[in-house]
Amino acid sequence: MDRFRMIFQYFQSNSESVMNGICGLLALASVKMYTSFEFSCPCLPQYNLAYGLGVMFVPPIILFLCGLILNRQSLVMLEEWRRPPGHRKKDLAVIRYMCSSILQRAMVAPVVWIVVTLLDGKCLICAFSGSIDPEKFVGFPNVSTVQVQQLLAKVPCKDDELMRNNTSRKAVSRYLRCCSQALGWSILLILIIAAFLARWLRPCFNQATLLQARHWSNYIDIEQKIFEETCCEHSRLFAHKCILHFFESMQQEIKLHSFSLPREGEEAEGEEGLLQGITDQDQVNKLLKTWYYEKPPLDVS
Amino acid sequence: MDKFRMIFQFFQSNQESFMNGICGIMALASTQMYSAFDFNCPCLPHYNLAYGLGILLVPPFILFLLGFVLNNNISMLAEEWRRPQGRRGKDPSVLRYMFCSMAQRAMIAPAVWVSVTLLDGKSITCAFCTSVPVETLGNASHPPLSQGEIQRLLARIPCKEIYNGQQLIANEVAVRYLRCISQALGWCFVLLMTTLAFLVRSLRPCFSQAAFLKSRYWSHYIDIERKLFDETCAEHARSFAKVCIQQFFEGMSTDLVAARCHLPRKAPANAGEAAEKLLGIIDQGTMNMALKSWHRCKPPLHLHPPALPTGNGWAGEGQPPTHPSAPRRETAAYYSWV
Repeated sequence: MDRFRMIFQYFQSNSESVMNGICGLLALASVKMYTSFEFSCPCLPQYNLAYGLGVMFVPPIILFLCGLILNRQSLVMLEEWRRPPGHRKKDLAVIRYMCSSILQRAMVAPVVWIVVTLLDGKCLICAFSGSIDPEKFVGFPNVSTVQVQQLLAKVPCKDDELMRNNTSRKAVSRYLRCCSQALGWSILLILIIAAFLARWLRPCFNQATLLQARHWSNYIDIEQKIFEETCCEHSRLFAHKCILHFFESMQQEIKLHSFSLPREGEEAEGEEGLLQGITDQDQVNKLLKTWYYEKPPLDVS
Repeated sequence: MDKFRMIFQFFQSNQESFMNGICGIMALASTQMYSAFDFNCPCLPHYNLAYGLGILLVPPFILFLLGFVLNNNISMLAEEWRRPQGRRGKDPSVLRYMFCSMAQRAMIAPAVWVSVTLLDGKSITCAFCTSVPVETLGNASHPPLSQGEIQRLLARIPCKEIYNGQQLIANEVAVRYLRCISQALGWCFVLLMTTLAFLVRSLRPCFSQAAFLKSRYWSHYIDIERKLFDETCAEHARSFAKVCIQQFFEGMSTDLVAARCHLPRKAPANAGEAAEKLLGIIDQGTMNMALKSWHRCKPPLHLHPPALPTGNGWAGEGQPPTHPSAPRRETAAYYSWV
């Protein structure tokens, strides 16, 4: 029982920290993904917006789903939600608590991606370079709208032959990057204030319900882990018994066929006891063949 | 059995994390393989497509097969599938569970390769550079060329050093266009895979939780039973070998005593453990003879039972009595490694 107690304590103390660790790793992975991703704006009128917004919003969805998949507690919550009531009533407050804690953890990596994208600025420059007003910037010639659109679409590409010597390109770029970074910092500030307020004001509302929900959600998590551990332990003992029965039945069969006088005494000593009466090459071969061709039934009564 | 219990607990608790670890290592290995691979587009009209799509699709297939090969449980699955029914019924849902969990783990490294290839863009650029829409992206004022010449020109897009179609369509424009398409495909592929994984994981508790628990228990059981059986056989083989060798040395010692017509030297009563372990062989000549005999004429795989105190004659078959004076029968023993 001591062993079980140690295992319980380990799981209890580390369930939250394991989930926080996974959350942090995903956030780091999202930053690494962004830096290793080679952003290459197509610089074509209709494609820019799709590409820029796609790179800003599709990876966060992927990271959110990954956050849900990698979190063990989401499975536990789903099982608790879908199980038949049976002898144990379902408490919706517990399920709500588990759901909100899972969603909060899963939202960290997508938010990190969006904020990093905005602070870097490339995505917004690519997406909205075609939407700015060309009259505000000197250096765009007075040509037809289509050509201006094409020129503006090429602003994100510094090395393009049309844009290489264009002075207004830098102005447009700076303007868009400024907007992008302002948006990024604002989002970050709002989220941090929201998190701060949520943590500070939570004890003012329904603290007792919260404590209960947290206790029982922890309980459900631990109960499931212990059930799995017990099943493993049980299957090990079952297998052990099954194999012992098999060896004994082989021993009896051999005794029946070889007509040898039984050995004196019930328990053979030393190594002979471990041999369980199987002392011959043919007997060993027969045992192994029987193990394959006729596995013993799953019955250790 | 305590030692076995600790080992089994280690395997059981760490079986899942061990397999996940192998899975993660293979995913990292696939990104490393991609970055170490020197991509060399042939820049010829029909070879580009074959090369580009080959690099995109053939390594994932190899990685998928490798994922199965490196998984220890594949032999367990095959064994359970092919064994005769005997006295134990077969449950197809257990086999399905084992196969699905192995296939899921084996799919990760190929998916990583395909995503990294698409997000990098070189493969698609090489494969589809001849399909770039020249009418929309190129210079309309270029003099018309035959289809074959246009194909040859466009095929050189990935190779910047030899590209000579700058008047037809700028190299950077074409590369940016193709890379944009490739990256869009890449992100869509990753999104699709992640959504599939999420659905598979989250729909299972809603529909078949009881069946899942049963399949998982019995698949673990089959795994543990196999390991336990191997351990028991190894233990048995050790004991078998120990008794066989002990009987060999005893036989040698008895033979030598009989051959030299010496009375066996009685060890003094307080000789201690070391003298017992010498098994009656106490000089160089005897030891050399024992070693030679072990090499030239290994004993048969048949252990003699210990002598009975009453001295009744053996009536059983297959158990010849040992006479100290009879020479040791030489029988060739056939080892079969089961």
